[in-house]
Amino acid sequence: MEPTISFFSGFAPKDLLFLGEAALRTMWISILSISIGTVLGVVFGWILYEGKWAAALTVAPILDVFRSVPLIIQLVLFYNFAPIVGLNLDPFASGVVILTIYTAALVANVARGGIEAVEPPMRRAARSLGMSYWQDLRYVVLPIGGRAVFPAWVGVALGVMKDSALVSVLGYVELLKASQILITRTQEPFLILSIAGAFYFALSYPISRYAASLERKWAQ
Amino acid sequence: MFDYNFHWRPVMKSLPDLLEAAMLTLQVAVLAMILGIVIGLCLALIRLHMRGPLLWLASTWVELARNTPALFQLFFFGFGLGSFGLHLSPYMIVLMGLTFNCAGYLAENFRGGFQAIPDTQIRASRSLGLNAWQAYTRIVIPQVFRIVYHPITNQMVWAVLMSSLGMLVGFRELSGETQFFASRTFRIFEYFAVTAVIYYVIVKLILGASRLLATRLFRY
Repeated sequence: MEPTISFFSGFAPKDLLFLGEAALRTMWISILSISIGTVLGVVFGWILYEGKWAAALTVAPILDVFRSVPLIIQLVLFYNFAPIVGLNLDPFASGVVILTIYTAALVANVARGGIEAVEPPMRRAARSLGMSYWQDLRYVVLPIGGRAVFPAWVGVALGVMKDSALVSVLGYVELLKASQILITRTQEPFLILSIAGAFYFALSYPISRYAASLERKWAQ
Repeated sequence: MFDYNFHWRPVMKSLPDLLEAAMLTLQVAVLAMILGIVIGLCLALIRLHMRGPLLWLASTWVELARNTPALFQLFFFGFGLGSFGLHLSPYMIVLMGLTFNCAGYLAENFRGGFQAIPDTQIRASRSLGLNAWQAYTRIVIPQVFRIVYHPITNQMVWAVLMSSLGMLVGFRELSGETQFFASRTFRIFEYFAVTAVIYYVIVKLILGASRLLATRLFRY
């Protein structure tokens, strides 16, 4: 009698579906942390710009830590720290929290650069036309500064999207983790990694090209 | 609130091992940076001056390195090449993955640097009797170096942070060693907290050293 049980089975079309689902999870966790992180980052950037030495002593060093420690260490650390203070977070929630703070730390610098890109005379002109401080921020600084740092922001966002692969260490099944699971079963690492790589490339490449073309257009 | 006893003694006992592993981290990052600078320079020059299959190869390298996660690249060198019967040691996996990534990112920086030097300078130096090699090494490269010095420093920091991914391919650098000790003693939080501090110190040392070097290099 032939042996009927085999541990490894070849790559089947339904595995593509499995990878596609995992790619959606990668996109979901990225979109969530990038959008929250960007909002937080802009607030931090504004604090860094307006706060002068007070911010330099408080917010700046904290944000600096998140940029100077590897993301993977941050993830493991937070995942193991949360239960100590009585929080029970699943891998997804821990991943979102850390990726959000990481995004915010990177965006804060970008946002500060954006505010600095708007020359003081322009802002004084806005104020002397009768705009309030917030109107000046909303109608003058946001459009002009935002345009100046938009390409940098896209770079940060794409970086976070790629770095979301690290959440796999906590056991969250995103694209790269899914491909690892499939590799273990099918023993076809080259094929599966190529597919996973193509997914990432298809997500990242068009956006980076689009941002580069926008930058060129705005530079004129 | 704290229902957890921190045990720092095992961490302190293995601190010498961790510091030794930190040296390995630095070693692999520095090697990857040196190789990355050399290859990145070649890629940038190819993308600026050449046509045909070499240009295609260089462009593919740069776009792949920039648009896929670093962890994916490590996995590719780790498992993907296994499909062709090529099994690398963890050290080589991390070194090659980091080099691939750094070369891709640096190539774009170098390309921007070369484009910032006007052609007229090369023509002027040629008409003064310098040959092409002299014009490049004495006129162009020193100026490009000044432009890309800051990006190179940043990339060096990234290389150190990225080398932490070695932990996922079984490389016993700082993160891998930490994971090894942490899984042996179950003091995960304590170990990774100390490792985070070590990474922070390494990054600050690199940035400080580069600032010192910059004041000496760019005095004029």
